[in-house]
Amino acid sequence: MPVAYFLVLSALLFSIGVYGVLARQHAVLVLLSVELMLNAANINLVAFSAMLGEAGVPGQVFALFVIAVAAAEVGVGLAIVILIYRNRRSVDIDEMSLMKW
Amino acid sequence: MGGDGVNALFLAAEQIEGVEVTRTGLFPDLMWLVPLLPALSFIAILFFGKKFPDKGHSVGILAIGVAFLLSLAGFIDLVTGAQTVEKHWVWYELETLELTFGMNYDFLTGLMFVVVTFISLLVQIYSTGYMHDDERYSWFYAALSLFTASMLLLVTSDNLILMLVGWEGVGVCSYFLIGHYWEEKPNSSAAIKAFITTRIGDVGFMFGIFALFILAGTFNITEINHLAEEGAIAGPSLTIAALLLFCGAIGKSAQFPLHVWLPDAMAGPTPVSALIHAATMVVAGIYLVARLFPVFEFASGGVPLEVVGVIAAITMLIAAFLALIQDDIKRVLAYSTISQLAYMFAGLAVGVFTAGIFHLLTHAVFKALLFLGAGSVIHAVHSNNMSDMGGLRKYMPATFKTYIIGSLALAGIFPLAGFFSKDEIIGGALRAGIDGTRATAWIVFASALITAFITALYTARMCIKTFWGEYRGHGEPHESPGSMTSPLWVLGGLTLVVGFLGFPVIGVFKYWLFAEGEVAHEFELLYNVVLPVITVGGALIAFFLAYKWFYRNEWRFDFRKTSFGWMYGFAERKYYLDDLYLGGVVKPIQYPLAAATYWANQHVIDGIVNGTARGTIGAASGTYRADQGVVDFGVNGAAGLTNFSGGLLRYIQSGNVQRYAAVLFASIAIFVAVFAFA
Repeated sequence: MPVAYFLVLSALLFSIGVYGVLARQHAVLVLLSVELMLNAANINLVAFSAMLGEAGVPGQVFALFVIAVAAAEVGVGLAIVILIYRNRRSVDIDEMSLMKW
Repeated sequence: MGGDGVNALFLAAEQIEGVEVTRTGLFPDLMWLVPLLPALSFIAILFFGKKFPDKGHSVGILAIGVAFLLSLAGFIDLVTGAQTVEKHWVWYELETLELTFGMNYDFLTGLMFVVVTFISLLVQIYSTGYMHDDERYSWFYAALSLFTASMLLLVTSDNLILMLVGWEGVGVCSYFLIGHYWEEKPNSSAAIKAFITTRIGDVGFMFGIFALFILAGTFNITEINHLAEEGAIAGPSLTIAALLLFCGAIGKSAQFPLHVWLPDAMAGPTPVSALIHAATMVVAGIYLVARLFPVFEFASGGVPLEVVGVIAAITMLIAAFLALIQDDIKRVLAYSTISQLAYMFAGLAVGVFTAGIFHLLTHAVFKALLFLGAGSVIHAVHSNNMSDMGGLRKYMPATFKTYIIGSLALAGIFPLAGFFSKDEIIGGALRAGIDGTRATAWIVFASALITAFITALYTARMCIKTFWGEYRGHGEPHESPGSMTSPLWVLGGLTLVVGFLGFPVIGVFKYWLFAEGEVAHEFELLYNVVLPVITVGGALIAFFLAYKWFYRNEWRFDFRKTSFGWMYGFAERKYYLDDLYLGGVVKPIQYPLAAATYWANQHVIDGIVNGTARGTIGAASGTYRADQGVVDFGVNGAAGLTNFSGGLLRYIQSGNVQRYAAVLFASIAIFVAVFAFA
C-alpha cells in the first residue's frame, strides 16, 4: 500500500482532533481530541517507519514514546478536570476563563 | 627481602608451598555475594527498618552472619588449594579507556573478608544491648550495614576507581556514625573534623590514582602491580605516585601528621569505635599499601617504603606517649590504635609483609575486644573517664576477665595474639637493619622497641585505673547483658589462640600469604629467643613500674613540676598539632580573610562608593533639570502609549482556552504555508 493512504488517514484524524479541541465544550472531550491528534502523529511515525524498513525502526520506538507521554498527559489532564469539577460542579470549557487579567 | 615473595601474593595459588591447586573452588566464585548482602540489608533497614518488630537489627545480623559464613568457607576453600578468582565486567568504555568493575579474590582479600565480616557480626550483636534504647536505632543498623558493604567493596575491588568508591563509602559512614549523637555540638564537630582531615589525604590518594593511570594506562590493580614489577613503569614519577597514594593511607589510617581526627572520632558510639575506628576502616590504609606493594617497593628502589617507615616510627612513638596521659578510656584506646596501625606500616616498610598483615589480623581481634570491653564499662558507669571508674573487677567479672586478656595481648605478652605479630615486626626491623636492606630500619627498630615498652605501661595504667582501687563514680555499676558479654568471650577466646597462626617457623599464616620461604626463617637464637625475651621482659618491667606508680602511688610527684614538665605540657596539648592546624590553617583562612574583607569593605569599597556618590550628587542636580523638562515628557509619553496599546491587547486575553488554541493552529497553518510556498 502506498504510504500516501496512511498520510491521508492521519491528516483526517488530525483534523478531526483539531476540530474537537477547538469546538467542543466538554473538557473530557477536548482531552479525547488531543489523543486523536497524538495518534494521528503515531500513524505517521509508524507509516514512515514501515516505508523505510530497517532504517525506520526508531520511528516505531518513537511511537511508543508518544504513547507513553500521552498516557502521562491524560493522567494529569483528567486529574485537573476532576479537581475543577469538584470545585465548580461543571467541566464546561467556556466557564473556565478564570485566569485572565 | 626481595620482591619475589611479595609478588607471589598476586599470583595464583599454585605458587604456595605445600598446597596443590587441584580445583576451582565453589566458594571463591561466590564471593561477590559477600559485599552484596550487607548492601541489601542496608536498603532493607533504611526503608523498612522501623516496621520490623525489632527495628531491623535481625536483618542486619542475618545478612552479616551469612556473609561471614560465606567468607569463612571461601577462605578455607582458598587455603586448601582452590584457585584465586579474578573477574570483571565492563562498566563503561571510552575510546582509549575501558573502565571495569570487578572483584579480585585472593588471600589478602579473603583474610580481610573474614576479619571485616566477623568483627561486624560481633559488633552488631553487641549493639543490640549497647544501643537498645537509642532513638535512631534503625538508622544505626542501616549505617553499620552500609559501612560493612563499603569496606568489603574496598577490599575486593580489582581496580582503583572502584576501590575509591569503597574508600569514600567507608569515609562517609564513619562521618555518619561519629556524629550519631549530633545533638551535642562537639560530636558533630568531631564528625566534620574526621571527614575533612581524611579528605586532605584523599586528595593525595586521588592524584595518586591519576598519576598511576597516566603511567600505566590502566586502573586495574593486578596489571599496575605487574608493570611495576617488570620495571615497565619506573622512575621519579612512580615514586611520586606511590607517595601520593600513601597520603591517602596517612589520612585514613590516622598516621602522623593527620592522626588528629581519630581521638575525636571517639565521640561516636563505642561499638562504632570498635568496628570502624579500630578493627576495619582504619586499616584501609594498610590494605592499600599492601595491595599496591610492588608499586611502593619497585619505585626508586623502595624510597616510598623508607618514607612509610619514618612516618610509622614517628607515629607509633608520639601516639603511645599521648595514650599515657589520657583520662578518657576510649581516647587511650584511640591513641593505642594509632600506634598499633603504625606498627603495621612499619612491618610493611621494613619488608616483613606477612607480619604487618598478621598484626592487622591480631590487632583487629584484640582491639575490638578492648573497645567492646570499654563500651561495657562505659555502659555500666555512664562515663568515659577513668577518674569515674575504679574497682570494677568486683562488679563486672566477665568484662574484667576479657579486658585483661585483651590488654595483655596489646602489651605483647606471650602467648597472646599481639605478642607474635608485634615481635615479628620488631624482628623484621632488626633483620632489615642488620642486612641493610632499608636505610631507615634502625630508626623503625628503635622506635618499635621503645613503643612496645610504653604500650605495656599505658595498658597497665588503663587497667589499674579502671578495674582496681575504689569505685569513684556514681550509682552501682552492674555487669552488662549477655548480648554484650558473649561477643567479649568470643573475642577473648580468639585472642588466646589466633597468635599461634603465626607461631615462628611452624606458623601456617605465612604460607597462606606467601610462596617463598624468605620469611619462614629457620630457628635462630637472636630472633626467636633473645628478642622475645627482651620485649616481654620490657613489658613486665613496665607492668611493675605501673604497679608502683599508679596502684601503690609510691611516686607521688607531679610530673608537671619536674624539669621535664615542658614535655608533659607539650604532650597534653597533643604536640600542638591541633593548635597548629586550627591556628595555622583554619584561622588564618577564616579570620584574616574575614578581617581583610571587612577592611577592604570599609576603606576601599566605601571610599569608592562615597566618592562616586558625591560625584553623582553633583551630576544629578544638573541632570535633574534636564530630566524634568525633556526626559519626563518622553518617558511619560511612552508610558501613556504603552498603557493605551496594552489596554487594547488586553481584550485578546479572554481566558478562553479554545480561542488560544484556535490562534495557535491558525499561526501554525500560516507558518506552514509560508514555509511550503516560499
